Amino acid sequence: MIDGEAWQLSPSVELRPEPFGALVYDFSTRRLSFLKTLRLLDVVRRLDGTTDVGHALESAGVGEGERAGYLKALDGLAANGVLIRSAP
Amino acid sequence: MTATLTETPPPAVGRLIDQFELGLDAPICLTWELTYACNLACLHCLSSSGRRDPDELDTEEAKALIREFERMQIFYVNIGGGEPTVRPDFWELLDYAVEHHVGVKFSTNGFRITKERAEKLAATDYIDVQISLDGATAEVNDAVRGQGTYDAAMKALANLQAAGMQDFKISVVCTRHNIDQLDEFKAIADSFGAQLRLTRLRPSGRGADVWDELHPLPHQQRQLYDWLVANGEKVLTGDSFFHLAAYGDPLPGLNLCGAGRVVCLVDPVGDVYACPFAIHDRFKAGNIRDLGFDHVWKHAPLFEELRSPQTGGACAKCSAYDNCRGGCMAAKFFTGLPLDGPDPECVKGNAEEALASLDRGALPGSSQDHSHTGTVRNAPVGLTLGATRTRPTSACDESPVAGMV
Repeated sequence: MIDGEAWQLSPSVELRPEPFGALVYDFSTRRLSFLKTLRLLDVVRRLDGTTDVGHALESAGVGEGERAGYLKALDGLAANGVLIRSAP
Repeated sequence: MTATLTETPPPAVGRLIDQFELGLDAPICLTWELTYACNLACLHCLSSSGRRDPDELDTEEAKALIREFERMQIFYVNIGGGEPTVRPDFWELLDYAVEHHVGVKFSTNGFRITKERAEKLAATDYIDVQISLDGATAEVNDAVRGQGTYDAAMKALANLQAAGMQDFKISVVCTRHNIDQLDEFKAIADSFGAQLRLTRLRPSGRGADVWDELHPLPHQQRQLYDWLVANGEKVLTGDSFFHLAAYGDPLPGLNLCGAGRVVCLVDPVGDVYACPFAIHDRFKAGNIRDLGFDHVWKHAPLFEELRSPQTGGACAKCSAYDNCRGGCMAAKFFTGLPLDGPDPECVKGNAEEALASLDRGALPGSSQDHSHTGTVRNAPVGLTLGATRTRPTSACDESPVAGMV
């Protein structure tokens, strides 16, 4: 996933906030996954199709030291189809 | 669980399992048994089903519960019974759940999965089906589930495949008689384009009556564990074999008892239990008719107890405790073992002494029984002696033929 790209939640996916982060369910693949921190949930919510990844990370307060970990988590969500790339 | 659990690669945080032990705002894996009525009389039925209960939730109550699931963002429910398709409003409730964004996986013996039904089921992503099959051959299956049930399951599977249904499941309860058939089950699943799901036999409901004859022997537990490790995430387990994790590596999925934490059961009369295998007053959290499901889930004293830190009891000293966490609460309870001690099928053999010294007449039994009382057309005939009651008819009855004549 590239910092400057705009991504968004797949329309078949819903989030359920939980004390640790959120449950992520994709109704089309019937696949359940987890966002393991509240900050990751915040980042994902900021990916609305117009906000690019770098901006979402920054505005959610993800520090330089954590950036690589968060990008990896977002990559995982993209690989499962939870996040999809917005049309440019 | 319906879904494949995948953990998103973490920013450095604690383990999910630790979060789950404290409970969630809504269950991940909710089982809803729609009726105690069933057209079969399986020997090991965990809910002692057979006859409908006159107090079962009616159509409007069931719809209100679906709306509550939607509000709580319970993404999908596992519907079972009894045989859920015998409810006249079953298909109506299924459509209603889909309209309200509640996905459904339902368990069925397959008798009513006709070509036409299969086509309707295949038309939506929101519905998943699992067909019960407890033997890879008619001989082994029908001895537990009843005559003709193997053929009925095969026909249902063929109908689903022909309709283009994706990812439907074949659900197998692992017993002493089918552990040697695991490869054959996998081959059957592959031939229908289905996924294989293996779950653990529990001594719950009528399962208590046949536990001694059907539960896998110690060497078969090892065989099952090795097979599960070799097949990995391709085979679903409902995360039910975490007691086997004591052999070494954890199995895919959640290796903990989810009862009251991420799992619960709503029964046909609206009673909420900690898990589908624990239908007993001891594990009843409340009824949805009194306070609503959301309130029971969040505030029932039983659930608060289950979500509080557990000590591990006698198991805490064992090197495998971190892997198996003491095993299954329901399996312990119904075999008369203490809840904070080892599982009856503890792979380290730590339950053997306690099991040998049990007063079998004092087992907790069932707090409800909806079993058929009359003749059932295709009632199963067990491979050994059938549904021999292994408990004395009464605590002081020592006649060797008590209850059999």
